[in-house]
Amino acid sequence: MAVPIDDYLRTQFMPHIWCPGCGHGIILGAVLRAIGRLDLPKDEVCIVSGIGCASRAPGYLDFNTVHTTHGRALAFATGIKIARPDLHVIVLTGDGDAAAIGGNHLIHAARRNVGLTTVMFNNSIYGMTNGQYSPMTPRGRYASTAPYGNVERNFDMCELVRAAGGNYVARATTAHARQLSNYVENAIQTPGFAFVEAVTQCPTYFGRRNKMGTPVDMIEWFRKNSINAAAAAKLDPADLDGKIIIGEFYRGDAPEYTEVYDEVIERAKEAAAR
Amino acid sequence: MPGHNGRDLRLLQGNECCAEAAILAGCRFFAGYPITPSTEIAELLSEKLPQVGGKFIQMEDEIASMAAVIGASLTGAKSMTATSGPGFSLKQENIGFASFTEVPCVIVNVQRTGPSTGLPTAPAQADLMQARWGTHGDHPIVALYPSTVPEVFDLTIKAFNIAEQLRVPVILLMDEVVGHMREKVAIPHQSEIEIVSRPQPDVPPEEYLPYAAGPDGVPPMAPFGTGYRWHVTGLYHDETGFPTTAAPKVDRLMKRLYSKIESAADEITFTSDEFLDDADTVVVACGITARSARRSVRLAREKGIRAGMVQLKTIWPFPYDLVGDIAGRVDRIIVPEMNMGQLIGEVERAAKGRCEVVGYSRVDGEPIAPAEIVAKIEEV
Ligand SMILES: Cc1ncc(C[n+]2csc(CCOP(=O)(O)OP(=O)(O)O)c2C)c(N)n1
Repeated sequence: MAVPIDDYLRTQFMPHIWCPGCGHGIILGAVLRAIGRLDLPKDEVCIVSGIGCASRAPGYLDFNTVHTTHGRALAFATGIKIARPDLHVIVLTGDGDAAAIGGNHLIHAARRNVGLTTVMFNNSIYGMTNGQYSPMTPRGRYASTAPYGNVERNFDMCELVRAAGGNYVARATTAHARQLSNYVENAIQTPGFAFVEAVTQCPTYFGRRNKMGTPVDMIEWFRKNSINAAAAAKLDPADLDGKIIIGEFYRGDAPEYTEVYDEVIERAKEAAAR
Repeated sequence: MPGHNGRDLRLLQGNECCAEAAILAGCRFFAGYPITPSTEIAELLSEKLPQVGGKFIQMEDEIASMAAVIGASLTGAKSMTATSGPGFSLKQENIGFASFTEVPCVIVNVQRTGPSTGLPTAPAQADLMQARWGTHGDHPIVALYPSTVPEVFDLTIKAFNIAEQLRVPVILLMDEVVGHMREKVAIPHQSEIEIVSRPQPDVPPEEYLPYAAGPDGVPPMAPFGTGYRWHVTGLYHDETGFPTTAAPKVDRLMKRLYSKIESAADEITFTSDEFLDDADTVVVACGITARSARRSVRLAREKGIRAGMVQLKTIWPFPYDLVGDIAGRVDRIIVPEMNMGQLIGEVERAAKGRCEVVGYSRVDGEPIAPAEIVAKIEEV
C-alpha cells in the first residue's frame, strides 16, 4: 500500500541539508511510511534526535520535534515518555550519536525498557563533522581520522541492545527500504524499548574515502553483501565476515517502564492514604 | 504538628525542605543521579512524587538527568534535578540547551568543596561562577541562594515560579551545611502558596509561533502533545522555532534572552539586610556565610562599630545597582566567602571604585565564623 508522506513533512524547509545520494532520506521515508500505515495522529507523535546529519531529520517533520544535544536524545526522550506515556516517542539518531557519545544512554534506555522507538542511521562515519571514524566504522576502513585504516573493531549494536534488555531489535539497509519500513512499524507497535539499525550510505565521506563508487554502487553493495538472519544462522561465522546481517533479531515481552511505574504510583498513593 | 496560623511546623533538613517545597511548588518530575551532599532530595522525592501522581527516575548519570528533566518539562511537567559539584559540571551542556530553548526547570546544586572530587562532605561556595558561566556561550540564567532552612523553602518555591514565569533554568545554590542542617520551618498550606505557571498560547495551533515573545520577552509555551506541534532546537532559531543563520535574527534572539531577565530583575532580586542605614562598613555575603555576617555585624555594633550587612539571596542576575548604591554610601565593603574570591569580583564591578572592597576567603572546608568577619571589620 502506498502511503502519502507529504503531510508529515515541513516542506517549507526543503531543500534539506543532506548531500546528494545520502541514504538518510531513504530511512526517513521508511519511518514516515510506517507512521502513515499506523495512522498515528501527528499531535501524538514526538520525534527526538541528537546532533549529526541524521539528527537534523526532525526539523523537516510536522510532529512535536526536538533536536537536542549530541548523544543525549534517548535521555531527553526518556523524560518525555515518562511524563507523557501516551505519546509515541521516536528517536532518530546517528551511529556516532547512539553508539559513541550516547552509548551509555542507549544501554540504559534498553535496560529500563522505556517505550521508545529508536532508529539508528548507521552510515559508519561521522557525517556532520566531515568523516571521522565512528564506533561503527569497520576495521581497516578509512576515515579522516583513520588515514591508515581504522584500528578499532566496530560494534554490533543490535546484539548490544538485545543484551541490554530491549524488546525489539532489527536491522535493514537502504537497499531494503520496504523491509526497513516494516521493521520500524513493528518497532513502534512494540511496548517497551525497540531498536532498528538502518545501514545507510554516506557517499560524501565514507564512500569517497573508501572508493565505494556512486551512491547507487553503495546501495548495490549493501544489497549484495546483506544476508538474512535465518540464512546467516546456518553459515560458519567466518563466512559472515564483512557481511551485513539483516532481519528481525528479537521480539520480547518484558514489561514496559511507564506501565510498571504506574503501579508504583498506585502503591505510593495507597501508602500515603494510610 | 499543627503550628501557628494553621501552618505545619516541622523540623527539617535543608535538603528535605527543598523536596517538600518542590512538591508544593508543583514539581511533578524529578530525574537525578546520587551525589553527596544532595542525595536526600532525590531520596525524598522518590517517595513523595508518586504519591501525588508525579514521576521520579534515577538516570544513568547527570547528563541524562538534565536531559530527562528538559524532556519532561516540554510536556508541561514542572521538573527538577538536584546534584553537587561534579554532577553540576556534567549537567552544564544541557543547562545551556534549556536556557537557549527556554525550557523551564530547576537545578539544585548543593555545593561541596572542589575542584574534582575535593572534599565530598565539606561545604564550599566555589560554584558561584559555574552557576553563572558553567555552560558555553552567552546565556540567561537565574540563581538563588538560601542561608537557612526556611529560606530553602521560600526560594525553592520562587525558583519554580521564576523558571515558569521567565522560561529559564533556575539554579538553587545551597551550601552543604544548609542542605544538611535541621531547622524549624513553618510549611504553609498549599492554598497559601503563590504558584506561577508558564505562559500559554492564546492563539490556535495554526497561528502559534513558539518563540514570538510579548513585551515581557517571554514566549508562550504549549506543552507537547496538546495540538501545538513545534520544533525545539539548540541551533539559533527565529520566532518559528526553526533554525536560522540570519545575523539580525541571531542578534535579536540573544538580546531578547538577556532582556527578559533584565526586565524582570526587580521582581526576582531578593536580599535581606541589617543596619544598612548608618553603616560605614558593609558585609556582603550569601548562603551560610550571610548568617555569620549577620552575627558579626551585631557583634561589631556592640563594640560601637557602625557595621551593616546585606545578604544576596539572588546571586544571578547579580544585583549590581543595589550593591553599587551601597558602595556609594559607605567607606568599605567586606566580602567573606568560602572560595578564593568569586563574589568579590562582582561586588567590585558594582562598586566601580566608589568604596574600598576587601575580600576574606576561607577554603579549608570549614564555614566562616562570625569572629573572623568581626576581625576583618575591625581591621581598618
Ligand atoms: C558534545 C559534542 N561533541 C562533539 C560534537 C561534534 N559533532 C557533531 S555531529 C558529530 C558526529 C555525528 O555523527 P553521527 O552521529 O554518526 O551522525 P551523522 O552526521 O553521520 O548522520 C559530532 C562529533 C558536538 N556537536 N557535541
